[in-house]
Amino acid sequence: MTGSMTKKPLLTIKNVTKKFGPIAAVDGIDLDIYENEFFALLGPSGCGKTTLLRMIAGFEFPTSGAILLSGQDIAPLPPEKRPLNLMFQSYALFPHMTVRQNLAYGLEVERLDKAEIRRRVDETLASTDLSELAERKPEQLSGGQKQRVALARALVKKPKLLLLDEPLGALDKKLRERMQLELKRLQHEAGITFVIVTHDQEEALVMADRMAILKSGRLLQVGSPEEVYEAPSDPFVANFIGIMNFLKGRMETDGAFTAEGHSLLPGAPAKAGLALLAVRPEHVTLSADGEGLAGVISDIAYHGLDRVVHVRTAASDGPVQVRVKADEGRGLDIGSPVRLAFNAAKCRVFAAEGGLAAQS
Amino acid sequence: MSYNAARPNLLAAPAVLWLVAFMIVPCALILLFAFFERGVFGGIDYNLNLDNFRRVADPLYAGIFLRSARIALTAAGLAILIAYPAAYAITRALPTRQPILLFFAVLPFWSNYLIRTYAWIVLLNREGLVNNLLRGLGYHGEPLSMLYTEGAVITGLVYNYLPFVILAIYSTLSKLNPELIEASRDLGAGPVRTFLRVTLPLSLSGVAAGGVFVFILSIGNFVTPALLGGGRFQMVGNLVYDQFLSANDWPFGAALGMVLITLMIVLLMLQAHMTARASGETRGASADA
Repeated sequence: MTGSMTKKPLLTIKNVTKKFGPIAAVDGIDLDIYENEFFALLGPSGCGKTTLLRMIAGFEFPTSGAILLSGQDIAPLPPEKRPLNLMFQSYALFPHMTVRQNLAYGLEVERLDKAEIRRRVDETLASTDLSELAERKPEQLSGGQKQRVALARALVKKPKLLLLDEPLGALDKKLRERMQLELKRLQHEAGITFVIVTHDQEEALVMADRMAILKSGRLLQVGSPEEVYEAPSDPFVANFIGIMNFLKGRMETDGAFTAEGHSLLPGAPAKAGLALLAVRPEHVTLSADGEGLAGVISDIAYHGLDRVVHVRTAASDGPVQVRVKADEGRGLDIGSPVRLAFNAAKCRVFAAEGGLAAQS
Repeated sequence: MSYNAARPNLLAAPAVLWLVAFMIVPCALILLFAFFERGVFGGIDYNLNLDNFRRVADPLYAGIFLRSARIALTAAGLAILIAYPAAYAITRALPTRQPILLFFAVLPFWSNYLIRTYAWIVLLNREGLVNNLLRGLGYHGEPLSMLYTEGAVITGLVYNYLPFVILAIYSTLSKLNPELIEASRDLGAGPVRTFLRVTLPLSLSGVAAGGVFVFILSIGNFVTPALLGGGRFQMVGNLVYDQFLSANDWPFGAALGMVLITLMIVLLMLQAHMTARASGETRGASADA
């Protein structure tokens, strides 16, 4: 999505803060979202992502800051006056209306004529594969069908921006994976900007063009899934996205990182002092003897394609996870001593937190 | 639809026995009288016929039925109009305040029905509070005669049954998923349209329950019309009361009662049907909330 950076943003969130009493649920967030983007707001529960979404939709009003849609400040507008739609986590389908009536509801409000409403509803029903369920009531639908109706009801309005609050949260794993790709396809076909709220980092990695990671109402990092996965801005992001190993050690003035006598030159420079080295399981290699950080195998998990070997070391709080190909890991035994080597180019170094300094 | 309802449950046996012994059997016995006729000196002639039911259809009595129905319908309608905004306001209050507000709404229920009704006599009297208040505000005409009118009867009925209607409507409104209201706004409907197309249709089962309750208790009521309607004002309840206690015509009184009960049962069944349908809808909507 680097091309979109040159475009004007569709949605601009300018220094938005939302306080509930003394607590700031959203704390001074700045964010630009571009046209045709699939954007994910990602964070643990209570990070403020849903509050931010509800402010964009118009169900909460910012304590301060501005929300611009195509350059127009929409913060003072009620939800019905905003040219965007929200797909609710509970789906919020009208239980007394059929699928067709649910879809038509938002168009009747626009005072379109009956034939036009019918045409657009039929078109959307067909593109979301719902034509055969048109006359059913929501109570007669499965969870996955309800989810599609909720999506169709928002898409039929042809909004500039579609907000989705944990859209796949209520579905089982298989269906969720299929819907991730389905959502991407629909977003692409409809040419609508999607902003999705999720706590599931895998979902965000698979679907999003760009993502923002929030914690305690603050924005930690914005970037493409690759950027965030490869170059997390801080230990929280590193730990939240994918699996990350942390090693405690020292950063020397010559740029080398030393932990338990083992030293390497990480790709990214950092300040000298106590430090935390972050490395993904796929960037660690195991050997029975030779150079490297000493450790003992504590667990081996078989995943079909690969094995994740857990190695206890003196430099890490928990075991270091190492990903090896399934057939390469066949000879490994729990309890045997190993050496760990790290792909220095893929390592990140963060200044250690206070707690760490006290320990060493 | 019905999980255990189809299977007889032994736990309900005491209640069922109670109902059969003290409710259904005595009622059935009284209703049987409807098929006999009044003896020459009171008492009952066991002479099976349908004359009493023919008499119910007589314009004189049918007229009283119709008037009772009209009064009960008006009372039910007014009670709904007053109770709905109140119930709506309570659901909008802070969750911690709602039980207190409901307590105040139901408070009149805990006092004696007769005393509450007598209080209205004090209010509506020619020398009562309302007329005194009007005089205080500068009205110098003839005092209004509000007592012993149809209006007084309706006022009394609405007043007495209002708490139940508030509770019935509150219970459906408070179960409504608030995201449905938000979804309607999000789809472009303003507050008024949202109310008319989402909130109101989804709370109709509570409105129906409250309305049917007021209607049934009003159409058979005899205390309120007797006290607030005065002697010359008759509803079916007073008519039944008179047949049993003054005219000593138990068979005709029983026939009137039977027609009344049939009407009530039909209404209750309609309302139960409506509630069952509505609960199916809300269950479907909140299943994955």
